[in-house]
Amino acid sequence: MTERIIQVDALARVEGEGALYVRLRGREVEKVEFRIFEPPRFFEAFLRGRDALETPDITSRICGICPIAYIMSACQGIEMALGVDVSPEIDALRRLIYCGEWIQSHTLHAVMLHAPDFLGLDDAIQIAQSHPDLVRTGLRLKKIGNSVMECIGGRAVHPVNTRVGGFYRAPDRAAVRALVPELEWGAKAARDLTLAFAEFDYPDDEFDYTFVSLIHPDVYPILEGRIGSNRGLDIAVPDFNDNFVEEHVARSTALQGRMRDGSAYLVGPLARYANNFDRLSPDCQATAREAGLGPVVRNPFKSILVRLIEVQYACEEAARLARAYEPPDPAFVAASPRAGEGHGCTEAPRGICYHTYRLDAEGRIEHAQIVPPTSQNQPQIEADLARVVADNLDLADKDLKWRCEQTIRNYDPCISCSTHFLKLQVDRV
Amino acid sequence: MPRPKLAVWKFASCDGCQLTLLDCEDELLAIAEALDIAHFLEATSSINDGPYDISLVEGSITTAHDAERIRTIRDQSHKLITIGACATAGGIQALRNFADVEAFTRAVYAHPEYIETLATSTAIADHVQVDFELRGCPVSKHQLLELITATLAGRRPNVPRESQCMECKRNGTVCVMVARGTPCLGPVTQAGCGNLCPAVGRGCYGCFGPKETPNTSALSARLAELGMQPAQLRDVYRSFNAGAPDFSKESLSHD
Repeated sequence: MTERIIQVDALARVEGEGALYVRLRGREVEKVEFRIFEPPRFFEAFLRGRDALETPDITSRICGICPIAYIMSACQGIEMALGVDVSPEIDALRRLIYCGEWIQSHTLHAVMLHAPDFLGLDDAIQIAQSHPDLVRTGLRLKKIGNSVMECIGGRAVHPVNTRVGGFYRAPDRAAVRALVPELEWGAKAARDLTLAFAEFDYPDDEFDYTFVSLIHPDVYPILEGRIGSNRGLDIAVPDFNDNFVEEHVARSTALQGRMRDGSAYLVGPLARYANNFDRLSPDCQATAREAGLGPVVRNPFKSILVRLIEVQYACEEAARLARAYEPPDPAFVAASPRAGEGHGCTEAPRGICYHTYRLDAEGRIEHAQIVPPTSQNQPQIEADLARVVADNLDLADKDLKWRCEQTIRNYDPCISCSTHFLKLQVDRV
Repeated sequence: MPRPKLAVWKFASCDGCQLTLLDCEDELLAIAEALDIAHFLEATSSINDGPYDISLVEGSITTAHDAERIRTIRDQSHKLITIGACATAGGIQALRNFADVEAFTRAVYAHPEYIETLATSTAIADHVQVDFELRGCPVSKHQLLELITATLAGRRPNVPRESQCMECKRNGTVCVMVARGTPCLGPVTQAGCGNLCPAVGRGCYGCFGPKETPNTSALSARLAELGMQPAQLRDVYRSFNAGAPDFSKESLSHD
């Protein structure tokens, strides 16, 4: 019986650091570990005793790629605890800046980090030599997302204009309206990229996932709705902990999310898409059909296409919101300190990001819990790896390793957010 | 002439400062032409061994393993430049330096015995010699481009250590503290972010760390007159640059 070990000590083209270890005995997959050992940073601990109003600025530092997700989930949680209701105009502006984050984060991943896998290249710089227009389009699209974040938030990484209750200052109408032409171009560019990427050679792989996302009867959810699944889950955000658990395993500084019954689930673009396909715009649905996708996509390697369809959606939605923009007045709702408990859940580019906080009478944090998307996906990533390895035993180690890395990158894992590190090792025993 | 070899390294951080390099959408391809990107895990699978002409280091030192790793990187690097508040001051995770890290571990993890971590989060310069420190949480794209350009040209980057107040004056931003009584760290914070917070009517919250020779006690006295309580004064200096000596000392004086 030969032992075969495949190992990647430091995964590339992911945000943060992680590793993978796979051990095979003959044709049997003995062990698969997707490790996150980014040094722990203890956000939930050092938030204790801080003024609740500081929470969005502090938690945004969990992740430089998706700061808006942390800012917005924190704002929702603290606002619920303090009994603050924001106006529809503030909600609309929040949705607009969040679209900017989806555009920049998804484009970064799809074009610069994930596409090289399908083209057999190391990085976007190599793509720039073979397909210069593709990289130029990708960079312009990514810049649109950053422009939205800068226009509303002041800067793209860790915006400063967002706060509990709304915004410090409502951006000028003219500055927001000026975003529209590029966003309109972006929606078309994202559609073209989806159709071009649909021609890639996709590994034949499907799995019947439990898709968990926000669900909403009227809009494709970003900041609104209940938490639901394709298997009938339909709960209010505050019931998160009654339905999901976080486990601490030895190989990881990120806690792993599971359903109460111990099963793995998937969050992110595939889940949002499957649970809310009907709320995508007709144009986005048309792009999906032309790219050969049905209303549910079960091949994880095609997540790159769904991500690009979400870029098209986010561009269309941001353009709609920018055209209709009226500066919220007041720009924020002031909050007085009080004891309370609150919950927030929004759709980070990588999937739902759940926060809950308990505050004392002075409005200081007594307890904080933050559940980022990648830690929820970690058990499902391991299950995908075991399946992909078992289905591809005849590949040479080098190719199997590449396929494994690609399987992980399907999730756009944001390892710094799991407050955490990853290595790939395949052991053929 | 061969292009200088660039390496980008990550320690404990949020990835935002590395991302700022990828956010240079208009300049990225020019940078890739001017430099040989030999090691940049966030962006490429191509990994080339040192030595490196320039190493950009993001993140702080929080584990014994990382304390070793930064020494190896220093040995392989001609110029080692740190980028961002984590690398230059220990980052937000340096809040553990003021607390009991074992209690922190118990608060977050069910199995504290699985977690290996140092009691402190410290700047790279506390471990190895650093050639230049670029401040910010996150760093500014413009300063990062200036840093790369200057390093390629063999000159010192033009990164002033003056206060945020200077940026307000130059931009014509009305002083939020004088005009509206809004607490602001601008007088003691290094300029460079682009005058972001005061321009939206918000007090500076210190992303770029202490300016050169800051008079923090004078500012604290004024902040107290504006109504800030001792716990607030302690916390206002204790955020992303909590580990910077000037801010750390001032925050401890209100503990």
